[in-house]
Amino acid sequence: MIDRLIDNRGLDNFDYRFLALVAAILGIGVLSIHSVTHAQQGGVAPYYLKQLVWIFLGGVAFVVMLVSDYHRIARLAYPAYGVVLLMLAFVLLEGRTSKGAQRWIALGPFSFQPSEFAKLVLILVLAHYYSKAPRVGWLQRVVMPGLLMLPGLVLILKQPDLGSGLSFVAVYAAMLLMVGVRSKALGVILLFSLMLFPFAWEGVWGSLHDYQRQRIMAFVDPDYDPGGKGYHALQSRIAIGSGELMGKGLYGGTQSQLKFLPEGHTDFVFAVYAEEWGFLGVLLLLVLFVGLIWLSLEIASKAKDQLGALLAAGITAMLCFCVVVNIGMTAGMFPIVGIPLPLMSYGGSATIMTMASLGLLLNVKRRRLSLFY
Amino acid sequence: MATSGLHDSELGELQRRLMLLRVGLLLVVSLLALRLWHLQIREGPYYLDLSENNRTRSVLLEPARGLIYDRHGVLLANNVPSFSLYVTLEDVKDRDALTQKLSELLGLDSAMIRKKLAGRGSKMLPRKIKDRLTLRDATLIESHRLDLPGVMIQVESQRNYPGGMAASHLIGYVGEISPEQLEKPEFADLHQGSIVGQYGVEKSFDRHVRGQAGQKSVEVDALGHEKRTVLVDKPQSGNDLYLTIDIRLQKVAEDLLGEESGAIVALDPTSGDILAMASRPGFDPNVLSRELTPKQWVEIVQNEGRPLNNRASQGQYPPGSTFKVPMAVAALESNTMSPSSSVFCNGGYQFGKRVYHDWKATGHGSVDLHKALVHSCDVYFYTVGQRMGIDTMAEYAKAFGLGHETGIELPSERVGIVPSTAWKMKAKKEPWLPGETISAAIGQGYVTVTPLQMASMIGTVANDGVSYRPRLVQAIMDRMTGNLQEMPAVARGKVHAKPETFRLVKEALAAVVTEGTATRAKSSIVTIAGKTGTAQTTALAKEKKAEKDIPKKFRDHAWFVAFAPVESPKIAVAVLAEHMGHGGSAAAPLAKEVIETYMKLMPPSVPEEASGS
Repeated sequence: MIDRLIDNRGLDNFDYRFLALVAAILGIGVLSIHSVTHAQQGGVAPYYLKQLVWIFLGGVAFVVMLVSDYHRIARLAYPAYGVVLLMLAFVLLEGRTSKGAQRWIALGPFSFQPSEFAKLVLILVLAHYYSKAPRVGWLQRVVMPGLLMLPGLVLILKQPDLGSGLSFVAVYAAMLLMVGVRSKALGVILLFSLMLFPFAWEGVWGSLHDYQRQRIMAFVDPDYDPGGKGYHALQSRIAIGSGELMGKGLYGGTQSQLKFLPEGHTDFVFAVYAEEWGFLGVLLLLVLFVGLIWLSLEIASKAKDQLGALLAAGITAMLCFCVVVNIGMTAGMFPIVGIPLPLMSYGGSATIMTMASLGLLLNVKRRRLSLFY
Repeated sequence: MATSGLHDSELGELQRRLMLLRVGLLLVVSLLALRLWHLQIREGPYYLDLSENNRTRSVLLEPARGLIYDRHGVLLANNVPSFSLYVTLEDVKDRDALTQKLSELLGLDSAMIRKKLAGRGSKMLPRKIKDRLTLRDATLIESHRLDLPGVMIQVESQRNYPGGMAASHLIGYVGEISPEQLEKPEFADLHQGSIVGQYGVEKSFDRHVRGQAGQKSVEVDALGHEKRTVLVDKPQSGNDLYLTIDIRLQKVAEDLLGEESGAIVALDPTSGDILAMASRPGFDPNVLSRELTPKQWVEIVQNEGRPLNNRASQGQYPPGSTFKVPMAVAALESNTMSPSSSVFCNGGYQFGKRVYHDWKATGHGSVDLHKALVHSCDVYFYTVGQRMGIDTMAEYAKAFGLGHETGIELPSERVGIVPSTAWKMKAKKEPWLPGETISAAIGQGYVTVTPLQMASMIGTVANDGVSYRPRLVQAIMDRMTGNLQEMPAVARGKVHAKPETFRLVKEALAAVVTEGTATRAKSSIVTIAGKTGTAQTTALAKEKKAEKDIPKKFRDHAWFVAFAPVESPKIAVAVLAEHMGHGGSAAAPLAKEVIETYMKLMPPSVPEEASGS
């Protein structure tokens, strides 16, 4: 009876290592956020406390996604995508502008960022599509899902949110890889892309905002206007580099404490951590992330069905993409595109979305042995 | 559950692809780790250095300049708090915007701001853009702080001269160190923006008064706001100066000159202490110690009255008949004349084809040394000069301190000219002409002196030949230890002459005042001895026009040198009034005023004694 009401099958199979890794990264994130922002005065609630609230809400989302049947969730993919598109359109019309981009919808005292949720919904949509659609011909395998992704991508780039847009493409690419695009088809796509590149470049470069172009310029030439657009990149590199082997210690990061490093609690939280904990701390964090992604890949490869495998792969790809790009941009390997570091950056939408995704991921694992029950 | 399970083949395919992902993941993470290793380990020290520079700024702490007092402890120069505007370029993102903002807020010239910002020097060090900001301006800046990264208001002490124009030539003024000064070794520990003395004792005692700058390292945030002081090296205040002048006497002397150009020097012949040293026209050192606009500076420098010229130590004038005082001593000591030998004056002295006139056309009749001094007979001294020769004259004049520096602690003292055969050969490349000796004997021709030298000369007579180096600074007080270092009186030299000679000359000088050319210097409270002088400025004066008909700038300079009381001299005075005509009428009354004022100012017992005699 109880089994029917509360679906606790596979609780024995629950991966505590996974949960421990998530908790450790979340903890490091809260600590870093507290470190950068504790000196800030003002009547508003401290960032780290708010982040704890987001984590709690994320925990709720995590449990919801864990206990529901992911097939049922996948069936909601199209309607959910519709809602997300509406929200993205709404953002363009009415959204709250912050730093030149419209990304937020205000909900009373809170605001949330539909583009974050759009990433998870896109994974659901693509996974659902592939698990249902006949997998023959590159039209169905490549073009159709691309068209599915397109409206969301356009709306997100329009905000403009380059980071989320790139995440969209990354998820799409990962899904393609999973469903097995034949090398011939892949070649055709590549060739086609190359031919289209000049036009696409024109289109993309032309549609970018000035500050985005300058950031990319600053990336190509790091010393280009160090006080201006290269400022973030340079200060972030200084923060990380000055951490040396052992770091400056918790609350000792002068770069971040003295606000040389902008956005220290959000996109650049890694630089804060790297400055205070040094290379040893950085290695520890990388190990935690690699462990998490490794376990996720494990789950994807052992999923009991196509849908589960695709969901798990999509989520893993997104997680992996965000971690690598975020750390890469703070370390000066990539241009700064505004991608938060999963589980560490401050922010409600991203935290809740990431935790919900991980819930879904564990859901897939949990059910993979269901046939034996 | 509508979904089907994976087919075996598809599962294998997926496994293979996931394997690819794993390899890719490890590869990418290794790259990240490598990059971070490079940043943190390989280049760590470099970035650590950058971050240190990011957060710390060195701020120079300017020392408080020592105070300057007069001999009775009246404050002549102090420091008042003032706001200065500094900009640290390192923190400035947009110079043009900052320039515009500052010029809007404070109404400053944007070209000036741009120039200051463009100067050489470290971007980490704050540069001074403007000092003496008003409280309103400082508040304005503070309230716009968030829009003005890199801008800092610093409270500094600003030199202030409570007395305004009084004693300005002595005290001097301060100003920002010039690029040329910065190159000099004595300013080695200074930096651009340092304040140094530029004139007067502010300049000559700068080393004592300046103090030593300190330094503060402060931690700043990205906007250049101070967060925390990391290190403080406290500045050391400069030492205080006690001048020898009595500011009350100084003011009296300055007021006596009034609007006229001239100088009055009063000193204590027994120590060389300068009691007053007035030079007119003057200037307000408060104005000069501020930053002047080029226009203001040109106005001061091109002013015809040359207010920046300290006429007392830098003005060189023919001494006229005051030169007869050392000549009289020379005449007796070189045995050119005996006290009783006389010369007949008929109003002119024939030399070759030329007649040298006496100032009194009708002549003085039979004249001995006493009478020659009392009535300032030119013919007597023409004769003395002719007999003695220029080189003997020069020797005695030099013994009285003419022709070289008195050694007063003021910058750029001028020395005047005591001509001699050697001098002329050197300066003019011509031999000395005998006729020139005759002019020189009455202080004309090539002879020039400074009022300071003349005060010292008459003081030497008063002191029976012993002279002291004129001094302006009595004591230096060490601010750190509280020690007061007295500056000793320094004997400068002795005129080797018989006491009898000085007695005779002094008697004659006393008679100058009681019955001679300087009766207008006669005082009811103190005995005064002195000598008048009229220094010709141009050939025009020889045309014997009525004085009022001659344009002022061609009129003669009036001299009077004096000491008092005659019995035990306490004060020696030299007055030079430019273009005021005769010494007896124009200069003597001023000297009398100065002497009487000093007698009244002296401790009660002394003036009583003086007036009783």
